Amino acid sequence: MAEQTVTQTDLSATTTGAGGSRIPTVVVDDVHIVYRVHGAGAGGNGSPVAALKRIVTGGKTGAITEVHAVKGVTFTAYRGEAIGLIGSNGSGKSTLLRAIAGLLPASRGAVYTQGQPSLLGVNAALLNDLSGERNVALGCLAMGMTPAQVKQVTPDIITFSGINERGDFSSLPMRTYSSGMGARLRFSIAAAKKHDVLLIDEALATGDVRFRRRSEQRVRELRAEAGTVFLVSHGIGTIRDTCERSIWLESGLIRADGPTDEVVAEYEKFMNRT
Amino acid sequence: MATTAVANPDAELTQAELAARYGLSVAGERPGLVTYIKQLWSYRHFISAYANAKLAASFSTARLGRVWQVLTPLTNAAVYYLIFGVVLNTSGEIDNFIAYLCTGLFVFTFTQSVVSGGVQAITGNLGLIRALHFPRAALPIAITLTQFQQLLASIVVLAGIVLVDGEPLTLEWLLLVPAMLLQSVFNAGVAMAMARLGSKVTDLKQVVPFVMRTWMYGSGVLYSVANFEKHLPGTVAWLVQLNPLLVYIELMRHALMETAPVTASQTQSWLLGIGWALVAGVLGFIYFWRGEKEYGRG
Repeated sequence: MAEQTVTQTDLSATTTGAGGSRIPTVVVDDVHIVYRVHGAGAGGNGSPVAALKRIVTGGKTGAITEVHAVKGVTFTAYRGEAIGLIGSNGSGKSTLLRAIAGLLPASRGAVYTQGQPSLLGVNAALLNDLSGERNVALGCLAMGMTPAQVKQVTPDIITFSGINERGDFSSLPMRTYSSGMGARLRFSIAAAKKHDVLLIDEALATGDVRFRRRSEQRVRELRAEAGTVFLVSHGIGTIRDTCERSIWLESGLIRADGPTDEVVAEYEKFMNRT
Repeated sequence: MATTAVANPDAELTQAELAARYGLSVAGERPGLVTYIKQLWSYRHFISAYANAKLAASFSTARLGRVWQVLTPLTNAAVYYLIFGVVLNTSGEIDNFIAYLCTGLFVFTFTQSVVSGGVQAITGNLGLIRALHFPRAALPIAITLTQFQQLLASIVVLAGIVLVDGEPLTLEWLLLVPAMLLQSVFNAGVAMAMARLGSKVTDLKQVVPFVMRTWMYGSGVLYSVANFEKHLPGTVAWLVQLNPLLVYIELMRHALMETAPVTASQTQSWLLGIGWALVAGVLGFIYFWRGEKEYGRG
């Protein structure tokens, strides 16, 4: 534990050295997140008999499992920063993002944010039965745009997503899209608005090389517009290209927080060792 | 850390003080009731777009498309008429039985679909809820709006049936409008309450069909509830009179039919209709708002 805290402060000292003029957008204060999972594996298989037995003998508790996913995380993110979150599977990265977005309440500690962070995940499905175009309109309205603004940005979004490169896909239902196309459209919709804080959870991973380059460019623009971007990705290359600061989470705790080069180097050493 | 403290005046603050100094708010905090209503109003375009989209999506895989919007109530009416009108011949007691039956059926279906949609308003849209921030009440309200459009299609069908069945077209038909609006407010309230309950109690979805069927039998959809008074003690029969769906069905029947066998006086029905709309609308909305920050959890 002690050794870990030392690395953490050492690294953060180099990033906060820039001066006191920076404005925090996300302040995370000793956050613990415990969430409950319904219908988890307790009590053998999921057959009706087993379920009945569970109700008769063990009460409700049998079907609910508690997961302590984040165990005391503290950091501050500033305006104009792009922060990469890295860590092995199940280390609590996505859970932390959802807490920052205000979707999972912290069971201890608190998350303070400027404005309303937007979370962009791979599963952020809109309506699959509707055409891409209508999904764009819906998504924009859901982000609080007026109908006039929606009309104005729709062509840009479609062009940016590039879904029309192989024919007129924007008028086809989204269920006919490949997973990459769907992800591209979703990212394009979310990126159409100026966000104070944008949280991207693996959303760039499914696009092809060309789209990834374009979306990385868009992330840079969003940062230039005084936003803060969080990026969860297993593609270390993406993190290196877009984020100058990285936070390494391991089993719900911060292992390191600092410049991407240093944190990633340590992370890769760790991953190769085990 | 010591070197930073000199250069950075914020370094001595705790995280909470730092957040307070720059005016950051706690993530996912529930807005006040008035703010929430304002937010909801600013999302009205989203609500109507979402309702239309849902309606379009529900027919998008069928070859006949939106023709089903009219075909579904017609087929329903035909099936019930066959069973109750022809096979069982219940119609003996009531004039214009088919008009009577269809009015009850369509009004009931409106509430039924809103309730079953409302239960899944949160659980069925988790992707949307987790990705985008909007007042969550938009979802149950949009479901009510979708079903309201279905009701409008049904009412067109119903008007045809009623006229063919020999009822005259009178000024009283205008009462359809306030009756439908009151029922919509009532439904929206119930949908919001069911949405919050459904997001917590995952078993509710399985239970709702049975509750709705019981409710249907208690609402005089297929027969007159006057029958109940023959078998039930006075107080219970009186309770049946309070049933909001019975009230809305009778309001519609009275508006459409000349000699509809209604069980309550018009004044009583209208007062009850307004009362139920207010109670369900306000309480449902407040109940839903109180759970606002929990909906992304799933």
